[in-house]
Amino acid sequence: MNSFFKYFSEIFHGVKSLLTGMKVTGRYFFSPGEIVTQQYPENRKTLKMYDRFKGEVIMPHNERNEHRCTGCGICETSCPNGSIEILQAKIDMPDGKKKRIIDKHIYHLSMCTFCGLCIKSCPSDALAWGQEFEHAVFDRAKLTKILNKPGSSIIKDIVE
Amino acid sequence: MKEVINLPVKNIEEEEYHINMGPQHPSTHGVLRLVVSLQGEIVKSLKPHCGYIHRGIEKMCEKDTYPQIIHLTDRMDYLSAHINNHAVCLLVEKALEVEVPERVKYIRTIIDELNRIASHQLWWCSFGMDMGGLTCYFYGLRDREHILDIFEESFGSRLLHSYYTPGGLMMDIHPNFQKGVKDFIKYFRKKIKDYDDILTGNVIMQARTKGVGILSKEDAISYGVTGPSGRASGFACDVRKHDPYGVYDKVDFKEILGTEGDTFTRYMMRMHEMRESMKIIEQLIDNVPAGDYTAKMKAVLKLPAGEYYQRVEASRGELGVYVISDGNKTPYRMKFRSPNFSNLSALDHMSRGVKIADLVAIGGSLDYVIPDIDR
Repeated sequence: MNSFFKYFSEIFHGVKSLLTGMKVTGRYFFSPGEIVTQQYPENRKTLKMYDRFKGEVIMPHNERNEHRCTGCGICETSCPNGSIEILQAKIDMPDGKKKRIIDKHIYHLSMCTFCGLCIKSCPSDALAWGQEFEHAVFDRAKLTKILNKPGSSIIKDIVE
Repeated sequence: MKEVINLPVKNIEEEEYHINMGPQHPSTHGVLRLVVSLQGEIVKSLKPHCGYIHRGIEKMCEKDTYPQIIHLTDRMDYLSAHINNHAVCLLVEKALEVEVPERVKYIRTIIDELNRIASHQLWWCSFGMDMGGLTCYFYGLRDREHILDIFEESFGSRLLHSYYTPGGLMMDIHPNFQKGVKDFIKYFRKKIKDYDDILTGNVIMQARTKGVGILSKEDAISYGVTGPSGRASGFACDVRKHDPYGVYDKVDFKEILGTEGDTFTRYMMRMHEMRESMKIIEQLIDNVPAGDYTAKMKAVLKLPAGEYYQRVEASRGELGVYVISDGNKTPYRMKFRSPNFSNLSALDHMSRGVKIADLVAIGGSLDYVIPDIDR
């Protein structure tokens, strides 16, 4: 008699536990207000990333096509996997001295691990995070970017 | 008359045979290959083959400076990336005898616990899926998204943050951080009841996990099984309690120990731990002191020559970092004692004599992350 009672009580508790779980799923099924899915490619126009989002490394330029990079190369040495290359150039100053300036700031996006050490270590705040995150391209060479725009120059008040 | 040849007929049902579970198998949660020796459906023995995602992180650390090492530790146990970063930062700070500001300690502790909750949520979903309940997967990921949003707003990335630096933090927390965490705790206290309703009380799940894969306390200690899996066997191994770092010595939380050591107890440990983590965060979130977000550090960090060891409680167990320094800016040798590798070593012992379907349940309850095993 005891085992008979136990048998049915196990069936009862089993069915009860399954119904408890189905109560939760049923509640979500009938309350569409709790849907959290984003319609990603459709909401591209309104999609806004957070301010600190790490999309890619960029070099901000002002409206006169001037940047803050002195070409010192600290970002190149602080990068753990060599995704930054600095090519320097020398120009003649009016007073006869020669001065180093940045020629090309080459950034390999394909090698970047987004650790942020280049941006943190930059003494003149020349680099920043960009919000762009759709990096898919058909050619690998397109992922190598030159961050200083053609014809740009350094802002005058930066002292090395 | 036809001649009858009597070949020696082997009894296929009694013979042992080997199958490969993995490297591409959904229940191994990554590229882990288990060579399982079976007799019928019963597991006789099991041999894990590691190395499919070996990247040589320990060797790579030898060419990197200490701030650069941080971003490599993210890639070991990617589900508790902040806690791995914390281990290296604590080691460098201990070796250089730097005192970090109180604000940094509070923030690090809060973020570690958030990371632990996020990791256990993902474990809960994948464990539910191993048991055959796909609904769990969606509910767990939905709640984890709230933590990832908090992380993304404050640190810019969702999984691999590289947010801690030796001596402090990369940048200060976002002004919305505290409000976001408080909203999440309020939200998740309600939702964790759903977790219990769907999976914990479920009769099928209980029948498949209770009494399966038992690991005794002595075996847990001798195999070095730590974290929630070790505590389920009654092995008091919580580093937060026994060797406190951060501000864990100032908060009130329980180290929950199990007695059974079976798969269901390992499941319950993690469910309890999520609640304990929420308790820790609630005690700290309103009391974050003002101050700097980083201590004053030199531009080039050179550790004095010698050996250093630091351990932290990652979400899967005890993570140890061992460094031999020869006084240069890069380590001479770096070794990680990863929790998953030790936990995996006990899998053979636990799964002898169970059915192969139960092996999936045992593996799910150990919650291994393969990049942490192979490094």
